[in-house]
Amino acid sequence: MRRKIHRAPMAVASALLLGAFATSCSTEDPTDSASGTDESSETSESPDAAESPEEGGEEWFDQAVYDEQYEQRSATFEGDPETPWLQYIDGEMTDTADYKSNKAGKACFANASISNPWRQTGWITMNQQLKDLQDKGVISEMETRDAGDDDNTQIADIDYFISEGNCDAFIISPNSTAAMTDAVERACETGKPVVVFDRGVETDCATTFIHPIGGFAWGIDTAEFLIDNLEEGDKVVALRILPGVDVLEQRWAAAEKLFEENGIEAVDFFTGADPTEIKTFITDELNKGEVQGVWMDAGDGAVAAIEAFEDFGADLPVMTGEDEMSFLRKWEETGLTGLAPVYSNFQWRTPLLALEKIFAGEEVPKEWVLPQTPITEDERADYLEANDGMPDGHYAKFGGEDLVGYPEVWQERQIP
Amino acid sequence: MSTATSSPAASQPEASTAGRTLPLTEGSLPQRLARGALTPGGAVFILLAVLFIAVVWVNPSFGEPPQLIRFIGRTAPIAIAAMGQYYVIVAGEFDLSMGAVIATQVVIAGNYIGDDESRVLPAIALMLLIGVVVGVVNGLGTTILQVPSFIVTLGTMLALGGLVRYLTGGAATGNPVDTFREIGRGGIQDVPVLEVLPYPVIILVVIMIAGVWLMRSPFGRTIIATGDNPDAASLAGAHVWWVKTRAFILSSLSATVAGILLVGYAGVHPSVGAGYEFTAITAVVLGGVVLGGGRGWLLSAAAGAFALELLFSFLNFQEVESTWRPTVQGVIIILAVAAAGRAWSLGRRPPRTSPPAPSAPPASTAPSPTTARPGTETGEI
Repeated sequence: MRRKIHRAPMAVASALLLGAFATSCSTEDPTDSASGTDESSETSESPDAAESPEEGGEEWFDQAVYDEQYEQRSATFEGDPETPWLQYIDGEMTDTADYKSNKAGKACFANASISNPWRQTGWITMNQQLKDLQDKGVISEMETRDAGDDDNTQIADIDYFISEGNCDAFIISPNSTAAMTDAVERACETGKPVVVFDRGVETDCATTFIHPIGGFAWGIDTAEFLIDNLEEGDKVVALRILPGVDVLEQRWAAAEKLFEENGIEAVDFFTGADPTEIKTFITDELNKGEVQGVWMDAGDGAVAAIEAFEDFGADLPVMTGEDEMSFLRKWEETGLTGLAPVYSNFQWRTPLLALEKIFAGEEVPKEWVLPQTPITEDERADYLEANDGMPDGHYAKFGGEDLVGYPEVWQERQIP
Repeated sequence: MSTATSSPAASQPEASTAGRTLPLTEGSLPQRLARGALTPGGAVFILLAVLFIAVVWVNPSFGEPPQLIRFIGRTAPIAIAAMGQYYVIVAGEFDLSMGAVIATQVVIAGNYIGDDESRVLPAIALMLLIGVVVGVVNGLGTTILQVPSFIVTLGTMLALGGLVRYLTGGAATGNPVDTFREIGRGGIQDVPVLEVLPYPVIILVVIMIAGVWLMRSPFGRTIIATGDNPDAASLAGAHVWWVKTRAFILSSLSATVAGILLVGYAGVHPSVGAGYEFTAITAVVLGGVVLGGGRGWLLSAAAGAFALELLFSFLNFQEVESTWRPTVQGVIIILAVAAAGRAWSLGRRPPRTSPPAPSAPPASTAPSPTTARPGTETGEI
């Protein structure tokens, strides 16, 4: 009898074992076939390897935009290089004579979120810029609604501003591209100026759309740097925050294309910027074999990535992070070969300065493309010195040095 | 009656169970080990061994002692969290607040300690205190207020999540001083064979030993009895509310320790600890601990955590995209709960061959050819 009693649990236990294995196996297959990028490129140039990566990247890769941003990286910018937040690439201008106003106007700002250090830094700078314009009597007040990274919340925020906000102008930093398009169009229909910045929308109704050159430019700058500093066949670990956000996806789409063309083996992971995940992925990769490069689609978590190499006792990689202070400091401390790409944080000043121009009836660029220049090792010391005392989450190219409250407001990082 | 195994067919179900009062404590040690390995709580160790072999198979360098000890070190926070969750689950409850407790502790460590080395010890005291408070709130809410633990801990999870968001705005703040981070990142250097013995491994071993001792103490027995049948435990003289509250305190304290280790290992970020409650529950379930309480071993929960991490590493080595992890975890939870629940109940009680006495007479009255087989057994009944 006892034998029978114990046979059942064994059967179930082995079923459990098998079950666990079945899960691991069955989950392997679909990904392998869907995006066998990594595995196939690792072994050899099989025909699969040529096809599957495109499948993944094609969705976000746009040759025309890629080419445009490739050119814009070396374009001439109008305006004073001392105030890069006012610079733009020459192009179509919007006439704003109709919006000319003699009294201070109320700005309504629908913000996607302040849930990452980049947005927080920009938000602080924007508020200091606001104080300046309030003192000048250009803007009476700015009402802000934070959508907390939620499309629906932001649509509701915009509709609230349209119906009850009593706004003289709208500033919108869209949470996502497609979902926000209709709401932005509704704002345009009010006949008041609409300023869109950072992520874009699929309509050109806005008075001006402000953004740095873009994600492809980031991807080109970083991938070219890694390619120049690595040998063909070297391995790069790409750490990505999230899938599905256009500015981030474009960074990877460009980098992935270049890595492939230049024989760099790249594996990508989504980390959610969680340093635990970053460390785990890198440690696993180091366990598998040498890793010569690290590419990041945003600098958040760069320090954890470097620490993973230190803890493992491996040689430090060639690495691209971001102009976040934590990375610049760790970069200097370790002396690794690196580059800090920049997604110009000073763009957070521009929407309010655009309103100043609009209320004065001055024309503004229809698409206001701001400069976006990476920080190289040679420039690093200058930026570290200029931002001495700033917290780790601060961004070196925040562009608020001439605003009231500098540097205390940024040093204490009191988020309004 | 102890020779029941030799009797033919399914002869004496009642008699054989009556004969073995404590089935898991009889027989020699190898016999007990072999028998234990066949329960879900033991099978996880076999699973662990198989997964380990699989990982080393695909990636031999993983099996080298220095790499292995680092793997144990980095898995320590999850194993500690899983053991904390074990106390609550075996007492018949859930603790969903674990991840939020970890995130809170991580952020407090970053904000309060900062660059001030003298604050390290006060900070640890403060974090442990917060852990106890959260545990007490969870415990009393569940027992005194009679709110299901699922809801109470969901509430504390949201409340703490809000606090973290308030403190950080959802983005990373600076890391605390390196001396504090050493706890989770450093180790004893120049150890033979291993190269380095990470502090988290030492902390894990200490917590494991303490946990095993605790589960063998009267408190441990009471907690299992309470999870099995709170009414019976109460009638037997246990203070159910206090037993369960202590289980919640142990869980929050485990989350706190995991948080301290994670600050060192990874650094400060509000997303640290995200999903830990489910990872811990998955690990506990994979360790064969029965949801609903009363059954399961502490070390199996820790083994479950290691098995889970090995599986994830295996998937990494196989270049499976990390986005598949939650799916794998979800399937494991369902499979393991299904398997464990069934297996324990089979192991505990022989299947009552659906009331033989009442069903036999109607069967025998029917003029069917099957009468021949019951007939062979009627003599023994």
